[in-house]
Amino acid sequence: MGRITLDKVSKSFGDVEVIPPLDLTIEDGEFTVFVGPSGCGKSTLLRLIAGLEDSSGGHIRIDGNDATHVPPAKRGLAMVFQSYALYPHMSVRKNIAFPMKMANVPEDEQNRRIEAAAIALNLSDYLDRRPGQLSGGQRQRVAIGRAIVREPAAFLFDEPLSNLDAALRVGMRLEISELHERLQTTMIYVTHDQVEAMTMADKIVVLQAGVIEQVGSPLELYRAPRNKFVAGFIGSPKMNFIEGDEAAKFNAHTIGIRPEHIDVSDTEGQWKGTVGVAEHLGSDTFFHVHGTGMAETMTVRAPGEVNLRHGDVIHMTPRKDQIHKFDAQCLRIE
Amino acid sequence: MARSVTTQRKIINTAAAWTVGMLIFFPILWTVLTSFKTEATAIADPPVFLAFDWTLENYSTVMERSDYMRFLWNSVIIAGGSTLLGIIIAVPAAWSMAFVPSKRTKDILLWMLSTKMLPAVGVLYPIYLIFIKMGLLDTRTGLVIVLMLMNLPIIVWMLYTYFKEIPGEILEAARMDGASLKEEILYVLTPMAIPGIASTLLLNFILAWNEAFWTLNLTAAKAAPLTAFIASYSSPEGLFYAKLSAASTMAIAPILILGWFSQKQLVSGLTFGAVK
Repeated sequence: MGRITLDKVSKSFGDVEVIPPLDLTIEDGEFTVFVGPSGCGKSTLLRLIAGLEDSSGGHIRIDGNDATHVPPAKRGLAMVFQSYALYPHMSVRKNIAFPMKMANVPEDEQNRRIEAAAIALNLSDYLDRRPGQLSGGQRQRVAIGRAIVREPAAFLFDEPLSNLDAALRVGMRLEISELHERLQTTMIYVTHDQVEAMTMADKIVVLQAGVIEQVGSPLELYRAPRNKFVAGFIGSPKMNFIEGDEAAKFNAHTIGIRPEHIDVSDTEGQWKGTVGVAEHLGSDTFFHVHGTGMAETMTVRAPGEVNLRHGDVIHMTPRKDQIHKFDAQCLRIE
Repeated sequence: MARSVTTQRKIINTAAAWTVGMLIFFPILWTVLTSFKTEATAIADPPVFLAFDWTLENYSTVMERSDYMRFLWNSVIIAGGSTLLGIIIAVPAAWSMAFVPSKRTKDILLWMLSTKMLPAVGVLYPIYLIFIKMGLLDTRTGLVIVLMLMNLPIIVWMLYTYFKEIPGEILEAARMDGASLKEEILYVLTPMAIPGIASTLLLNFILAWNEAFWTLNLTAAKAAPLTAFIASYSSPEGLFYAKLSAASTMAIAPILILGWFSQKQLVSGLTFGAVK
């Protein structure tokens, strides 16, 4: 079981309040992602849950028990670090065994769990190597192996994929998702990459400057962002924001339209501009459009076969029902 | 950017290095040579460099006159004991300064080192009195304690520098894995810092081995180490250069051999972990 509740939890470093009092509930078995720009407090929040930082106020409950002042070792949580944090002087086997050794798990049970983890994580051939002899992906698997053998109440991941190259990252992302499907254990995952958040999460917590901007499923955040910050942060490429007269037509201070919700034509449309950069991905093409008179650059997605070039005139028509409206305080207008 | 080094430059550099090296080494070489001379040749003017009748007479006299093995054993116990005791005290101290620093940590480190700037003779009198009161005079225990205290700032400082290079996340991982503070230090920090701890051990063993002020002032016969053994050849019956040299050679031989075999660790120890 791993239901984690934060009740008015706050954190200050000296006079600087990095996390104002905050409430959050993470249900048992849920894959929750903390996402936000760097310095938003997402890692600090994770470290508060882990017990690696003391909270300045409020209560942290794990399965109903107050864990606010329980040392990290006793919280029953396992953590995977960005730098993997493997013990360089121990073999892979000993690394994975370490938490069990600390918990006095009997030797034969230790071996059984190590073998099982090694098979699940494809590490069987590397058990006798040192971390220094492994690739980045393998190291990350060892770190995950070390976490799963403890059978923790919840897993905490602190940007675990950011040290890996792009191809490996996609693979490990899938592996972690599969691991979650199999174990059904609570996982809290910190990332600054909204693609990781969208693809992996049951629930996304968007943070900015230590404040929760919105909590919801990936599609909820995508379809109904609560404010302009979430709208701009979730979705790739970024949502286009338009202010002024065009927004006023919709009775809004700002309107937002995602690149994929604009239809492109070379002959007619509601808005007109010239193509700056055209990015051809094969399946899709992204046009960065200038000279619309509404925003400096607008990004639109078109099917791969649309063949407009730099300097060509482009016509764009937003899909009316996909336009997001925001007021002067940047909050969503329904 | 790498500087290109011409052959000429290389030769000049090499020659300079050898000159400095020989200058430093010469007194030791001269001591070793003198130990094989007769007393007469030893004070000959002009001095004889190599062309003399080599003799082992001094060594046999020294061995006959004093119990070399007892001095040696005292040196080993005092240097080894003070170094080990120092490490045991310094590891937790350096751990706390490296991983849970406070606002005053840097000041404490400097303050600790500043005690090394105090002339030892300034505290000789109080320490001598304390030793009398506590019955520590001319005991190995007393010297182990004093030399440990003298070298503790250096041990803490060196370990602190090594520990600083160990990523904190690894210790946090150990904490998450359920390790207590003791287990964290024992199973994770210490094994990772082994190279640093080894250099610290070596350097402090050598410092303690060569320490003469306290060993000479606080011992008489029972606990006297090799430094006292050398000194015993200088005063009473006037100076006997050849015998004194033989005694010195015998006193520095063990540490010289130890130093020779551990050059690598020593160099990294002397640079205080600053150069990787």
